Amino acid sequence: MGLRAILRKKTEYFSIDVDFFCPEGKTLVLIGPSGAGKTTIIRMLAGLDRPDDGRITFRGKVIFDADRDICLPPQKRDLGYVFQDFTLFPHLTIHGNASFAAKDKNDVDHLINYFGLAHLRDRKPHQVSGGERQRCAICQALARRPDLLLLDEPFSALDVVTRRGLRAELKKIKEERGLSVVFVTHDIHEALFIANSILPIVDGKVDRDWLEHITSPSSPRDAQPRAVREPKLALVY
Amino acid sequence: MDFLPLYLSAKLAVITTSVLILISAPLAYALVYAKWPGKFLFEALVNLPIALPPTVTGLYLLYLLGPQGYVGAIWKEVFGGTLLFTFAGIVIATAVYNLPFAVQPIKATFEKIDPRLRENAYVLGISPVATFFRVMIPNCINGIAAAAILVFLHSLGAFGVVLMVGGSISGETRVASIAIYEAVETMNFSEAWILSLAFLPVSYFLLLLVNRLTRR
Repeated sequence: MGLRAILRKKTEYFSIDVDFFCPEGKTLVLIGPSGAGKTTIIRMLAGLDRPDDGRITFRGKVIFDADRDICLPPQKRDLGYVFQDFTLFPHLTIHGNASFAAKDKNDVDHLINYFGLAHLRDRKPHQVSGGERQRCAICQALARRPDLLLLDEPFSALDVVTRRGLRAELKKIKEERGLSVVFVTHDIHEALFIANSILPIVDGKVDRDWLEHITSPSSPRDAQPRAVREPKLALVY
Repeated sequence: MDFLPLYLSAKLAVITTSVLILISAPLAYALVYAKWPGKFLFEALVNLPIALPPTVTGLYLLYLLGPQGYVGAIWKEVFGGTLLFTFAGIVIATAVYNLPFAVQPIKATFEKIDPRLRENAYVLGISPVATFFRVMIPNCINGIAAAAILVFLHSLGAFGVVLMVGGSISGETRVASIAIYEAVETMNFSEAWILSLAFLPVSYFLLLLVNRLTRR
């Protein structure tokens, strides 16, 4: 069970060719430099881009299979997706956005309280901060009660303090709900904090050397430690 | 002094605008987002009335809406009358003539919307049709309203196609623009002036409204 993906797609600059597995209830982080193909991979998982070849299954259900010409539209994949930038609906309030596709309206109130948005529920997205907008985007995705949550660099436009807070909130609610998560980032600290397993992507391929390079003792900054300290952290190749 | 032409012009503009907005919003959406073969050929066809002189469009419509034309024949079969020289005929003619003036601004408004809003609705499980009504229309409402006003103004002053298809039948097809033309022809300048002056404040006010709606 879990998410299994074999994806191949030709892009303008390189070909994406990856094969990975995210166990049920775990967090897989796709990490790599900008322009490595991470967003395209997560968009293919969501059904927003179509792979040229491959197969995606989640909990044994086939959501894409090139050989059998199966490609479920995003609406039928039952997942949550949080975009890199703030993509809330500008005509709706924070509460309207959070409840846009909610299965249970009581759950929306719980999520709004959990993410500290209760006092902002009647405001429009342009009237709140970037961090609050992204909290609302996560509420919106979670209110659909997905089993799989995809996040595409959700905190990249936020300041360090807000990022830390949001990471912790996300990790806690992920544990509470037993969600499987695929998280895209180019920030090694973020990856090490949130990941159960890490998939380093460079030019559309899994690249072990890249991760070893940035986590090596000679690497500038203190990026290396957790992979070394914590043997439980699996590197997925 | 006959004010009936002003009433007919307003009625023509209201009906044409309502019909065109209902047609143009989904059409513009399909032109922006749907992928289908020959889309560019269809779009050029929709825009053709911009490029053709109104009298030329009127001549084509005269044939199409006439008893020998496809539309006229179907109309006769269904409703048992003719479209030429009727109010229904000038509504169809004005709608065809104004179609690009409705579709193009609405299309431009849809193109300005961040495509991720649509994608976000899709990943939230919302169907394309529901996305159109729940996301696209509310976020494009100002652009659609501006397009409606421009079409209304355009229909209010329709002349060439109306004259070709409807002629000048009092109480039926003699709209204000034709009445003004005829008043000048018959040297009845006072009627021409009064009818013309009625257009000025309406047009000016609606243009101000368009500017306000399209201002960011």
